[in-house]
Formats: sequence, C-alpha cells, structure tokens
Amino acid sequence: MDLLTLLQVLDSTVRMATPLLLACLAGLFSERAGIFDIGLEGKMLAAAFLAAAIASVTGSAWIGLVAGIGASLVLAIVHGLASITFRGNQLISGVAINFFAAGITVVVAQSWFGQGGRTPQLSDGARFQSITLPFAESLSGVPLLGPIYKELISGHSILVYMAMLIVPLTWWVLYRTRFGLRLRAVGENPAAVDTAGISVVRLRYSAVLICGVLCGIAGAQLATAEPAAGFIKDMTAGRGYIALAALIFAKWRPWYALMACLLFGFLQALELRPDLITNVIGIKVQGQLLSALPYIMTVVILAGFVGKAIPPRAGGEPYVKER
Amino acid sequence: MEKMPKWADIFLIPLVSLVLAAIFSAIVILAIGEDPWAAVKLMVKGALGSTYAWGYTLYYATNFIFTGLAVAVAFHARMFNIGGEGQAMLGGLGVALVCLYIPWPHWSLALIGASVGAALFGAAWTAIPAFLQAKRGSHIVITTIMFNFIANALLVYLLVNVLKPVGMMEPATSKFPKLIQLPSFRDMFSTADTIMFRGAPANITFFVAVAACVAVWLLIWRTRLGYELRAFGHSESAAKYAGINPTKIIMVSMLISGGLAGMMAINNVMGEAERLVLNAVEGAGFIGIAVALMGRSHPFGVFLAALLFGFLYQGGAELALWTSIPREMIVVIQALVILFTGALDNMVRMPLERLFLGLRRKPAAKPAAAE
Amino acid sequence: MTTPAIELRGISKAFGPVQANKDISIRVMPGTIHGIIGENGAGKSTLMSILYGFYKADAGEIFINGKKTEIPDSQHAIAAGIGMVFQHFKLVENFTVLENVVLGAEDGAMLRPSLAKARSQLKQLAEEYELNVDPDAVIEEIGVGMQQRVEILKALYRQADILILDEPTGVLTPAEADQLFRILGRLKEEGKTIILITHKLREIMEITDTVSVMRRGEMTATVKTQDTSPPELAELMVGRKVLLQVDKVPAKPGAMVLEVKNLNVTDSGGVHRVKDVSFTIRAGEILGIAGVAGNGQSELLEVLGGYEFGKGEVLINGQSIDLTGRHSNGQTRRERGIAHVPEDRQREGLIMDFMAWENIAFGYHHDPKYQKNRLFMDNAAIRDDTADKMQRFDVRPPNPMLQAKSFSGGNQQKIVVAREIERNPDLLLVGQPTRGVDIGAIEFIHKQIVALRDQGKAILLVSVELDEIMSLSDRIAVMFDGKIMGERLPEKTNVKELGLLMAGVAGEAA
Repeated sequence: MDLLTLLQVLDSTVRMATPLLLACLAGLFSERAGIFDIGLEGKMLAAAFLAAAIASVTGSAWIGLVAGIGASLVLAIVHGLASITFRGNQLISGVAINFFAAGITVVVAQSWFGQGGRTPQLSDGARFQSITLPFAESLSGVPLLGPIYKELISGHSILVYMAMLIVPLTWWVLYRTRFGLRLRAVGENPAAVDTAGISVVRLRYSAVLICGVLCGIAGAQLATAEPAAGFIKDMTAGRGYIALAALIFAKWRPWYALMACLLFGFLQALELRPDLITNVIGIKVQGQLLSALPYIMTVVILAGFVGKAIPPRAGGEPYVKER
Repeated sequence: MEKMPKWADIFLIPLVSLVLAAIFSAIVILAIGEDPWAAVKLMVKGALGSTYAWGYTLYYATNFIFTGLAVAVAFHARMFNIGGEGQAMLGGLGVALVCLYIPWPHWSLALIGASVGAALFGAAWTAIPAFLQAKRGSHIVITTIMFNFIANALLVYLLVNVLKPVGMMEPATSKFPKLIQLPSFRDMFSTADTIMFRGAPANITFFVAVAACVAVWLLIWRTRLGYELRAFGHSESAAKYAGINPTKIIMVSMLISGGLAGMMAINNVMGEAERLVLNAVEGAGFIGIAVALMGRSHPFGVFLAALLFGFLYQGGAELALWTSIPREMIVVIQALVILFTGALDNMVRMPLERLFLGLRRKPAAKPAAAE
Repeated sequence: MTTPAIELRGISKAFGPVQANKDISIRVMPGTIHGIIGENGAGKSTLMSILYGFYKADAGEIFINGKKTEIPDSQHAIAAGIGMVFQHFKLVENFTVLENVVLGAEDGAMLRPSLAKARSQLKQLAEEYELNVDPDAVIEEIGVGMQQRVEILKALYRQADILILDEPTGVLTPAEADQLFRILGRLKEEGKTIILITHKLREIMEITDTVSVMRRGEMTATVKTQDTSPPELAELMVGRKVLLQVDKVPAKPGAMVLEVKNLNVTDSGGVHRVKDVSFTIRAGEILGIAGVAGNGQSELLEVLGGYEFGKGEVLINGQSIDLTGRHSNGQTRRERGIAHVPEDRQREGLIMDFMAWENIAFGYHHDPKYQKNRLFMDNAAIRDDTADKMQRFDVRPPNPMLQAKSFSGGNQQKIVVAREIERNPDLLLVGQPTRGVDIGAIEFIHKQIVALRDQGKAILLVSVELDEIMSLSDRIAVMFDGKIMGERLPEKTNVKELGLLMAGVAGEAA
C-alpha cells in the first residue's frame, strides 16, 4: 500500500470519526453528570434530518446547523424531563427517543419533500464544504509532511476541525473549571452536590443540554458536510451506539474518547475499502466482521478483560433526596 | 398504606399514558396535513374490519406476544433485555436450520422441533451477555444492544455466503418443504362454504403464543424459580441473604427471555415467510419493550398490549397504503407509548397519586417512621 | 436577654400519610451546645434537614439570629451560616479532601485559584481547631473519622456559625468520639453554636448545655442538661418508665453448637475484614458481639449466614460447614439449622415490595410444606402460615396481603423475627435486632430472643448498642478491626472497659 492510499484511508478515518467523536463527547457530558444516554443515536438522527431539511430550504448550511442543534435539543429536553424531573428510567427514555427520531424523521420528510423519507440533494452553498488549509498546495511537494498536510489535515469541513477542538475544550472544562468539578461531582454523588448548596437539577439539565448541542453538530456533520449531500432515512445507522461504545472504551475520558473514535472510524473507513485489506494482509476479511468489530470490541472491554470500565457511580440513578 | 388502589395502578395509569400517546400521535398526523379521525377509522377498518384484517393483526400480535414476554420475564429479574431483535434473528436461524436440514414427517413434529431450535438459538444469543452480567458486571443493556448489531452482521454473512442457494440473487435461504407448512387460520377456521382469513398470515403459532403467556404466568407467580426471580428483581442484596444464587437467576431469566424472543421466529419465519430472509424481525424485538411496559410485565397485560400493537401495525400498514401517512408513523406511536408508559411514568403517576391521597385523606394515626 | 441563634416556630412536616414533625418550636442560644434526643423515627433528622433546607416544611417559621429566614434549599442555609454534618457523609468518594471542601464554595469559574485559596485556609483551620487532614488525600482512602473531619471542615470553610451534627458518633470508637467532643468544645469556645442530634443519653449528659427531647414527631421538653438525669430523659423519650433491664434467668449452657476457628474474611474489594476470629457458643446461651460499626461484625454474620466467603473452620453441632464453595449459601445454612435475623431488614431481611406472606416464605421458599407439588408453590398454605405467625408475634396490622413497606419498622422487624425464630433453629444469628424499632417492639423482640435461648438454642447477637449487649448477653466478645479483642462476662465488666476494647486498647487477658 502506498502512502497516498494510506492517507486516503486515514482521511476518511477522520471524516468517519467526527460524528462519532461529537456524539461520544456529548455522551461524556451527560454520563459524567450521572444521566445515562442511549438516545445519542436518536438525537443525531433528528439533527441530521432537520439540518439537511432547513439547509435545503434556506440554502444555508449554518442555518441548517442551528436547526439541527434545535431538533437535538428538543429531544435532550425530553430526556431531561423523563430522567431528571420525573425520575424515570433513563434507559427506557433513551430507547423511546431513538424510536421517535427514527419514525418522525421519515414521516416528516415524506410529508415535506415526498422523496421517500429523504431530503433533496443539497446544493453546494447548503452544505459545509471542505476547507483547504493555507499552503496545502504549495507545501505538497515537501516529502512525507507535504502530502500528510494536504491529504490528511487539510480538506475537511469546518465541523471536523470544530470537533477536534472540542476535545481539549472538554478536557479543560471538566478538569479546570468550577462547572467541571460540579459536573463530575454530581455524577458521582448528587447528595454531596445538593448539600453543598448546588442545584442538582440545574446541573444535570445543563449537562443534558450540552449533550444535545454536541449531538446536533454530529447530526449536521453527517447530513450536511461534504461529501454528504442530504438526509437519508436511518442515516445514523447505529453510530450513536458506536459512540456509546467508544465512551465506554474511553472510560469516560475526553482524550481517550478521541482515540477510541479514531479507532472505530478507522474500522469504518476500512469497511469502505475491503480491497485494501485483501491486498495488505493477503486474506479476504469479511465486511461484516469489520462492521461488527466495534461492537465485539466493546463487549470485550465491558467484560473487563482489557481493564475495567467503571462508569460514574451515580449514573442511571435518578436523584431522590433520601427519606 | 397504599398510595393508590391497585386497579388504578394496573389499569388507569397505562390508560392515561395511552391517551397521552394517542393525543401526541394525532398532533403529528394533523401536522402532516392528514385527518387523525379518518386515520383512526381507516386503521380500525384495515385492522379489524374483516377476517383478512384480523388475520394480519393477530399475526403481528403473535410476534409481539413473544418479544413482549421476553422483555417482561427479564424485567421481573430487573434485567433490561434490549436484545430481543438479535435474539429473534438468531431464533430465525435456528428455525431455518431445523426446517431445512431435518426431514420432518409432519408439520406438528416440525413445529416442536422448530420451537426448540428457535428457543435454543435465541437463548444462546443471550448467554454471553447474561454471563458477562452475572460474572463480570458488564451492563446487560449495552451488551445486548451490541449483540443486536453483531447478530445482524452474522446473519448477513451467513445468508450471503453460506445459506443462500447457488444462483439466487436475494440473500435468503431456499423455501422450507411444503410438507411442514404450518396450518394457517384459513386452514383452521374456514368451512366448506365460507373461506375465512383468506391470504392472511396468522397461523397456529398464535396459540403457541397464548400458551406461552400462560406458561410465563405460572412460572412467575406459581413456581419457586419465579419467586426467586421476582425476589432477585426487587432486591439483589435480600436475594443473596435468602440464599438465592444471583448468577443462576441472571442466567436463567435471560436465557428464558432470549428463548421467548427467539420463538417469535416460528411465527414469522416458519409460519409466514417459510424461508429465512434478511431483516425478518422488522423491529418486533424492540416493540417487545413497548409491549412489556404497556402490559406492566404481566402476561395478560402483555397479551392485551400485543393485540394493541398488532392493531397499530396492521392499521399503520393500511394507512401507508391509502393515505400519505408513511409506515414509519407506527414507529412514532411506538416511541410515544414507550415514552409515556415507561420513561414518563411518574409524570402520569404523581398527579394521580396526589389525587387519590386527597380523596381519602383522613386523620391517619400512623406510627411515624420518618428519619 | 440575648437573641437566640436559631429559633424554630411551629414547624410541621408530613411525608405522605406520616406526620414526621408536629408543630415544633425550639430556641437555641448562641455559643452553646444544644442536644436533640429521641428514639429512632422521632423526627430529629427531619427537623434538622428542614433547618438545612434539605426538606421543605409544610408550616412554620425559622429565625436566624432573630431574623426571619426562608430556607428553601441548602444554599440559603449555607448563606445563613448553617453547616450540617449528616449521619451518612455527603462526600464525593473519588475526589480529594480539597476538592470536596471547595465543591459549591468556589471563588470563580476557574478551579485553580479556588483550590489554592482553600489549601491555605484549610491549613489555618487545622491549626485553629486541631482538625488535621491531608488536603490531597482521596476520600475513599481515608477512615471514617477523617471523613467526618472533612465534613466539619466543609462547614467551617463556608464560615458556618451554626453547626448541626446528626448522630456523629455512630461510626466512631469511644476514643474518636471523645476527640470529636474536644473539637466541638473548641468550636463552642470560638462562639459557634452547635446542635447535636443523638439517641445516646451519655453524649447528651457529657457535652450539651441544653437538651430537647422529641417523641413521635413532637417536641416533648427542653431542659438545661445540668437540671436533668438520664432516667428522666429516657422517660421523656419514650413517654413512660423504661425497663432498661431484660428479665432473664442465668444461662444453662449445654452442648457445643457453634465453633468458629481462625475465621478470616476478605471482602470483594480485597479488604481483610475478619482476622483470625475464634469463639464458641453452646446451646442455651447468648454470645453478644460488641463493637463500633464496621469492625468486621457484619462480615462475620454474612459468612455464618452463607453469603460471604471466608477461610478457616466453622463447626455446627460438631460438623464443619462449607465456607467457600458451592455449598456456601443461605439455603444450605438454613438446612443446617442456622437462622438469621440480618442487620438491615430493609436491604436484606425483607423484600419491601413483597407482601407479608411472600416475605414469610423468604429464604424458606423451598420448604416442602409450602409446595403444592413438585412444580408449584402452595400460596394459600403460606398465607395461612403467615396469618398464624403474625398473630403470635403481634404484628400490626395482621394482614398477610400488605406489602412489607407499609408496616412500621417495629412490625417489619417482628415479621423477620417471627420467620426466623419459628424455624426452631439450632443457632440464631441476630444483627442489630432493634435498630429503628420502637420501644414496645424492642421489649417484645428481646423477650423472644431470651425465650429461644431458654429453649436451649445458641444465639449470636451482634449489636452496636452497648446497653443491648449488656442486658441480653451471657458472654460478651468485643470486635475491633476484624479481631476479637477479648471476652468478658456481663456481670464482671462495665461500659468503660468494653469501650476501651472497642477502641482497640487490649485489656488483661480474658
């Protein structure tokens, strides 16, 4: 395999990893605050649809992005209501949200555009285009670094760069700010936060809302950033669950989340190029095996064979002042 | 003192939740420019208006009884089995292998064989998640979700590469032998003069499903295993004190759950398609969650809720046929039912509890236990 | 006349149908230590939680330093200068001491300056009040005494002038408790007002200036400590004269029933909980195990009860029982004639959502008399048996169809005791039999335990209540840090000697 092919695979790795990463960080905020969220998939899907729909109507990717975030936020608020205000089962709420998104996107898309549950093809202005970083062309002659810069680092949509920046930002918020301290505390022991005079409800809602925003961006990336050009029915295709798997893989830590998502993104990129694996290792690997690999790896991690993944202690439990 | 009468807990709360789900569904239908009332009429006619319609409704209900029972049994042991979809896929594989590779002399024997195959394969698919939960504390919700995806990949692989007859394009097995075709409702209920259930897929499996309801009821409320299962579900620490083995309960409850989910395949694979195709389960595994929640994990409740969802499913298909409301509307309704009966249970419950408490507040001289 | 630091007027609070506080008024003078005493369930903690804004009162007013103050949440309580040390600490286990202190009292949006400031402040506070704690220690790695200091430091860091402590000595050895009282004394000297909630008369007499007594949600009296006496307080607490002694004839020990030899228990977290414990119990005697909670008593009961693994040897009627393998579980223990009233009836002894009759079968659901045939249980037979037991143990209301959670604590405990004692076991394990139980039920349960002894059964009693140990036991063993520090005869020892043993100070050989 030559350098260029490798770079192409890595390039699509980054692209594949981006929505995973955004969703994973979304889940990180929520779960660190003690709210389990298996509804990442649904929020992403709803955001992908509305972002594409609004972008196609207005012709602006940015307005689409805002709309996508809005859709995701609405579902996040529903999840908040169910799991914080009404102390319901967070898993069941997540399941409901996933189904709701899976159904409503197609119902609305069909009634709106009449194209069998998809949005119209987005024009160039209505989607996030690849950005060529400065000097990408002129530096391409430099051996090794030049092509890496041009093929791998340059040429992604703005949302990809945003996602990469959100990783250090998340780390900083979590470990260097008052909000982060409180967020981590409320996921471990909400009673400690409550008696310290901080509102558990407000804190958890903020986490759930941040989760909504990030899922919104993830959805928009999926549907409106090049090479995507619109919403297709069920287009998240389990990415929300893979993001969840990555979160467990990363043991709820931001930098590890980046690595886990890149790894899973790489597997997805390979799935697109089965010929490459055959060429490199000489045996034909089933595409199905590659697509199942993230799930299998997560099960192995969960089994604790590769270090134990301990979730935040108060995770999944609604906070009730003890009696 | 009970906060509210038992009948309110069992009937009123699900009813109110259902009404809320219906209202929201109506809003969605209105929003896409259709008439909800006309839609309901169409659904009733399409799902209940003829024996043909009933034949479809009961066919779907049969699927949902199995997957609903699967989720319900696991719920009793406080296990949340989201893996019904994958387990039903594997159940289908079991049915296909049993039907294709064993030369059955008669359909009745084949039905027994297929039931065993379906249950075994479904149960086997829960064995790893259950074992990991019991022994390593791996969260069963996540592992069963993962196993759904793995099941899907496995089935694609097997159908495309192994089971597909040579020369066929579609990834599916060949047809099962004619000899083991299950009796459909048409075969069973038509008289010489009138043909009933013409062309509808409902078949004898419906009665297997009803029997499964009775069996699950007996299991949960009449046997020691059921007692242990419920005890474990209510309090793991107390169960350990009483000498109830957590590993055994987790394994057994999940294996039964997976077996029930797998048994759905005798309906859709053996009874209807008579071969194994991709995506044969069509989300029924997930609908089991809604059915179990709606039915309060009680087999009779599951039966009623399965009928309701059978009605919604068949009615939804009719809607898609005659109006511009797509089939996915049923997924929305299903989501709303899960949301209101499951996640937002307290939203409905708390005001009702307050209502009942207010209705019968009397000078209760209770020994205060408030510390 | 000085204004009270705290004044509560007419506080009432109900939880559903249960009236936890009824029209309570109280005044606490600044710079004093005010005790609030009452039985479990008298409503002490509820009252203080209202003062701390953790619960909202249905009626009543709060005045802080003479000013009417609304306390809708803990934030307002903190702002009003109130700090609270809960019975169950409210600490984030995997945070450091410093992070726990800072949480909720940060100076700005950035963390580092807050932490730096807290570090220097903690040093100051440590010097001022002898409250030494390593600021970088992680909570889950320090002892309970230390954790309690962190809670006090949290309050002081928030500049609390009023400090509420809820049952602070429950987890402490007598020596640690004395140290705590010294700290409280210093705080009082500095002009802080302290409210001490306890059910231990000794603590009230030792440290408080004034004391209020609560009974069944009502405030029955407030008196100066120096003007009262323990018997008077006890009477105020329960509303009648209390028999502190249990009537019993001397034990007539018979054959050896339980022999424990070099028992060791390591829990799932790898902590060595029970260390080389050996003791025996004969038929017709009660061995009481005294000790501060968390010194291995729970694990000892769990191993004997079959749901924790141990190493060593345990003989029942001369035959050893399995401690590690397949036969080490609650079922096989019951088959060997061991019955067990567990320490925590709500977590272990009962299934709160099960009905009384289902709970009577709990642990004995394999009993042939509860089965209809090989497949099915005979629910009607269990219900009949339950009705019978409820009547004989005076469980109120005697309705087998009620859920366990709808009975009061005392009646719940009677259900457990009825189930276990009626099995006629050779050995009865009893953990904290009267925790959270009203006085009437305590007397009843004590009588049942003594009656079982007199029938020639062996009884192992674990309790953190020294009075209970002293009055019920025929022999007393004291556990500290997983070891048995010594055995004493109740008539030849006293609370002081036992207290020293409980603190790990070994006396002369037993």
